[in-house]
Amino acid sequence: MPHHRVIAWHIDNLDNQGDGNQMRIFSERRTAGVAAVVVIAAVGVLASVAVAAPPALDKLRGSVTADGSSTLGPYMTAAAELFSRAGAKDVRITVGISGTGGGFERFCKGETDLSDASRPMKNKEAVICKTNNIGSWRAFTVANDALTVIVNQDNTWAKCLSVEELSKIWDTGSKVGNWKDVRAGFPDQKIKLFGPGTDSGTFDYFTEKINGKAKRSRSDYAASEDDNVLVQGVSGEKGGLGYLGYSYYEANQSKLNAVSIKNPKTGECVAPSVATAQNGTYKPLARSLFVYAKGASFKRPEVQGFLRYIFDHEVAIAKRAKFISLTPAQLKKSRINFDLAVKASAK
Amino acid sequence: MTVRRVRAWMFQALMILSLAISMGALVWLLVGTFVKGLPALDMKLFTNPPSSVPEEAGARPAILATLYIAVLVLLFSLPIGVATAIYLEEYARKERWYNRFLEVNIQNLAAVPAIVYGILGLAFIVRGIGVGRVLLAGGLILTLVVLPTVIISAREALRAVPDSIREGGYALGATRWQVISRQVLPASIPGIATGSILALSRALGETAPLLLIGALTYVAFDPTILGPFTALPVQIYTWVKLPDAGFQQLAAAAIIVLLAIVLGMNAVAIFLRSRFRQKW
Repeated sequence: MPHHRVIAWHIDNLDNQGDGNQMRIFSERRTAGVAAVVVIAAVGVLASVAVAAPPALDKLRGSVTADGSSTLGPYMTAAAELFSRAGAKDVRITVGISGTGGGFERFCKGETDLSDASRPMKNKEAVICKTNNIGSWRAFTVANDALTVIVNQDNTWAKCLSVEELSKIWDTGSKVGNWKDVRAGFPDQKIKLFGPGTDSGTFDYFTEKINGKAKRSRSDYAASEDDNVLVQGVSGEKGGLGYLGYSYYEANQSKLNAVSIKNPKTGECVAPSVATAQNGTYKPLARSLFVYAKGASFKRPEVQGFLRYIFDHEVAIAKRAKFISLTPAQLKKSRINFDLAVKASAK
Repeated sequence: MTVRRVRAWMFQALMILSLAISMGALVWLLVGTFVKGLPALDMKLFTNPPSSVPEEAGARPAILATLYIAVLVLLFSLPIGVATAIYLEEYARKERWYNRFLEVNIQNLAAVPAIVYGILGLAFIVRGIGVGRVLLAGGLILTLVVLPTVIISAREALRAVPDSIREGGYALGATRWQVISRQVLPASIPGIATGSILALSRALGETAPLLLIGALTYVAFDPTILGPFTALPVQIYTWVKLPDAGFQQLAAAAIIVLLAIVLGMNAVAIFLRSRFRQKW
C-alpha cells in the first residue's frame, strides 16, 4: 500500500475550559490518512500499557535544553530539580527564559529540545519550524495559570471588571485615562497602566482574550518584561492597573488587590484562584501552560524520561514552584498524549 | 572683596555637593544591598546550584562560570591586545591613512555598548562559526568587549616608556624586536596589567551580551568550556525577576559576591601598579 506523506492536524483540546484554547499540532507522519491516525492513536493508548518499563532514572545520561516562557521558567526549574534528585543526576537540564516567542524562535531553529510556552504555537511560528525542517513536534499541557488583573490596595471600587470594560481600557487607540470613564460611578482617579512587554506570551494571551486579537493593545502604558516592576508600579499608584501571571499575584498578595472578572457566559464575578482556574469558571483569563517537544529529541531517553517524570509528578512540581496544577482530568489527557508520543517515536 | 570670598565659597560648596551626590548614591546603593543581602550570604550561595525554592538556592555554577570567563577573557585579550598595541605604537607609521583609520576605529569601538557586541557575537560566533551557546562563546564576546580598552591602555603603557630607553637599546646594536621584547615590554607590564584588569572587571559585570547568547537561567551543574552556562550578573538578573521575595535577597547576596570579585581584581591591579612602577 502506498504511503503518502500527510501533515496531520491534531485538534488537541487538552484543557477542560474549552474556551477556544485549542492547540493545533503539526505532526508529520507516514499514514494513509487522518482516519488512520485516529486508529493508530487508539491502538497506541492500549499498547502503551504493555510497553516495556522505562529505563531507571539513574541510567539516564545526556542533556536536555529547554527555553521559552518566563512564566513557566520556575515550573521547569522545579521539575528539573526534582528529576535530578529522584536519581537522574547525569541528565543536564538547562532552562532558559527567552519568553514564549523567543523560545519558539530558538525551537524552530532546532536549537532546543523543549520549548516552554504560555500560549499555543502560532501558525506563523509553525511555518517557520516547517521551513527549517526541524521535523515533527508535540505539545503537552503541564500546568494552569490564571492571568490576574491587579489594582492598588487603596482601590476600593474596581472589585470586578467585565471583558468589555477591560477592553475599553486596553484596546488600541483607547483614550481612557481616568477610572470615571470606565464605569459610571467610579471615582475621578487617573488610571496608570502597567503591562508586560510585547514578546511575552502573557501579553499575547491577554490581548487576544480581551481585545479579540493577539498583540492588539494600546501602547501608551508602562511595559516591563520584569513582572516585579509591574507589581511595584501598581502597588505604588492609587489608580494603577496591570496584569500578570497568578504566581506573581500570589507572592505579592499583601501589596495588591486582584480584580474579579465577570464571566461572559454566566455573568458572575469570579476571582482568580487555584480552584477557579481549575474548574474553568475563571473566564476568559484562565489559561494552560505548555511544553513543546521536538520529535527528534523525544526519541532520546533522557528527554522522554524528563517528560515522563513531569507527568508522573505534576502535582508535586506545581506545588514546589507554586503553580496551579492540572486537574486529574487534564493530567490524564496529558498522559495519554504523552503515551501516544512514546508509541509514535518508537517506530 | 567679600564678593570674591562668596564666590570662592560657593564654588567649593558646589564641588562638595557634586561629591556628595555621587558618593551618597553609592553609599545608599551599597547599604541597601548589604542590608538585604547579608542574611542570605552564606556557604549555600557558593555550594548550591540555583533552585526554585529560595532557601535551597545557590549560585555555584554562576560564580564558577564568571571565574572561568575571567580567565578566558584574559587569555584571549592579553596577547591580541598587547600585540595590536605594540604594532600601533612601535611599528605603525602614523602618516599612513590605514593606520590612522585603525586608530580612530579602535577609539570608537571602546565606546560601543556591550549589547552590540552581543548581537555581533550571536550572529558570527554562536551561529556563524557555530560555537553554540556555550561558555567559550561568552568568553569570546566579552573578549571583543574589552579588547579596545586593553589596546588603548597597553598603548598608553608603551608610550610611557621614554624614548631614551629605546635609543639606548639601538645604540648598543639591538634590533627593534630586541628593544621591544627586552626593554619596552617589561617596562610597561605594570601599566598593561592594570589597564587589562580594570577592563576585565568591567566586562565581568556585563549582562546584556550574555543574555543575548542565551546564558541560560537554570544551570544546575558546574560549567565546562564547551557547555551551557550562566554567569553571575545573569543569575542576579534572573533572581530579581522572580516573584518570591527570598530571591530578591539572594540577588542582593550575589551582588555582594560580584562586588567582591570585581573589587578583588581592582585590588590586584592597584597592587601591580604600585609594586612594579618604574620611575625614569
